[in-house]
Amino acid sequence: MSVQTQVTLPTNFVSTEERSDPASAGSDPLNPGVEYEIETSAPTSAGIKTKAPAKMRAQDLRAYFGATEVIKGITMPVLDKKVTAIIGPSGCGKSTFIRCLNRMHEVTPGSRATGSVMLESQDIYGRDVDPVRVRRRVGMVFQKPNPFPTMSIRDNVLAGLRLNGIKVRDPDALVERCLQQVALWDEVKDSLHRSGASLSGGQQQRLCIARCLSLEPEVLLMDEPCSALDPIATARVEELIHGLRKSYTIVIVTHNMQQAARVANYTAFFYLGQLIEFNKTDVIFTRPREQRTEDYVTGRFG
Amino acid sequence: MIDRYVRRRAVDTAFRAACALATILALIPLGLVLYYVTVRGIGGINLAFFTELPKPVGEEGGGMANAIVGTLKLVALACVIGIPPGVLAGVYLAEFGHNRFGQVVRFSADVMAGIPSITVGIFVYTLVVMHTKEFSAIAGGIALAVLMLPTVTRTTEELLRLVPAALHEAALGLGVPKWRATLRVVLRTAAPGIATGVMLAVARVAGETAPLLFTAFNNRFWAEGLDEPTASLPVQIYTYAVSPYEDWHRQAWAAALVLVVLVLLLNVTARFVVRHRVRLR
Repeated sequence: MSVQTQVTLPTNFVSTEERSDPASAGSDPLNPGVEYEIETSAPTSAGIKTKAPAKMRAQDLRAYFGATEVIKGITMPVLDKKVTAIIGPSGCGKSTFIRCLNRMHEVTPGSRATGSVMLESQDIYGRDVDPVRVRRRVGMVFQKPNPFPTMSIRDNVLAGLRLNGIKVRDPDALVERCLQQVALWDEVKDSLHRSGASLSGGQQQRLCIARCLSLEPEVLLMDEPCSALDPIATARVEELIHGLRKSYTIVIVTHNMQQAARVANYTAFFYLGQLIEFNKTDVIFTRPREQRTEDYVTGRFG
Repeated sequence: MIDRYVRRRAVDTAFRAACALATILALIPLGLVLYYVTVRGIGGINLAFFTELPKPVGEEGGGMANAIVGTLKLVALACVIGIPPGVLAGVYLAEFGHNRFGQVVRFSADVMAGIPSITVGIFVYTLVVMHTKEFSAIAGGIALAVLMLPTVTRTTEELLRLVPAALHEAALGLGVPKWRATLRVVLRTAAPGIATGVMLAVARVAGETAPLLFTAFNNRFWAEGLDEPTASLPVQIYTYAVSPYEDWHRQAWAAALVLVVLVLLLNVTARFVVRHRVRLR
């Protein structure tokens, strides 16, 4: 794979064989003839240019549990310093897909992935890549809040660094900064030594996000981060995402289409392990190209 | 309606009574043992019992200081030899044991748990004592460690499996290598349970007599190092109990009481320490 930071979108969308084919340029390989409306720029022979560079891009990514293929060849970019939402009905491979983006998928026994995922210029599925290093650059927030129950709130924030044996010069400042970032500081500043498990669900999830941020990841993957939270806690996490998108590239899987509409710049619609449509969020929700997308976002199925 | 309600109430009461009765029945032997050991043993407890060596045959008095220290020594040795491999084997089974080899290890551990303790004694006798040509605390410690091993392994495995996978994933998601995530997150979370399981194994082993007869043997004097015959409470109780002397019988009861209290203390302190060190307020 060539090194590209300022990416030309359609080039990234089209798999290697199709790249030379001018007819498919500017279109989704899965949905020939569909053009993307991304950061409009004059179309060239190579397709449509975007000003937004891709931080990551999946190329013909396939993921398996045993013999079952759950991700059936997905090619899509994750744009830098943008929020990308992934929507789709249960079992469509949303979670599996983002777990592939930091090599967490293969942690499940019997599962594997093929294809490539570029993180800037590096294929994270490359031969010499250490998945542990990838996960430090691409952080993950899980569906259920999972603070470490044996650690205090403070130690939870520092866990990523401590468990990796990294010395922190000023741990107190780091804890404060990370908890400020997730708007949890004022609620817990007097009880930093209490167990992380003593917090409410919403607070726990924000603590988990803070724990992730302490490692200063380049990309933040969020796997339905609000599905275990009540509407108030959900609103707080969403506010948080709004704040974070200035400095982080975020991918969020969500079952909640309003949430996608509220937080995401770009939205991808998955169905049965395939990418049906990827576009700016407002396009997906107001004038999708695909009938299936329209049916899903209008609530006619799924 | 009323009729069925009355019947259901009656059945409920009957079952509850049956459960309570069964519980009491199960507790009776425990209560009786504790009561009887205390009543018979308390008379033999005095300062000399804890500080003096056994007197020569025919002389009254003396104590079991060497046997008390010997038991502590043997149990400590058993812990040092048995707990680390047991816990690590448990970690292996829980984290990497989803294969043929894991199944074999698991099955072996279960079989090993059922091996009569005297067999273990003979095994260590042939393995260690025959070679060193001497009964020793080391041999005794090894025998007790072998007895502990399967319990420790299986308890560790079971308790690690109870730790939610989400915690392991959380650590992996932070870019922590698997081995570190296992040791510092999963094992740590399961630590209180594992410690309790280990304590139960230690308590069981502390009262073993048969394997010590062939390994640590007995000693009426202080054992200086780890390489000589070493006295222990269970063996001393056995020796004194089968003797024809009234005073020795009295001391055997006292030793039984001390052993029970020792095991109890071991258990309670371990639980206390683990609860207060690992769990956060």
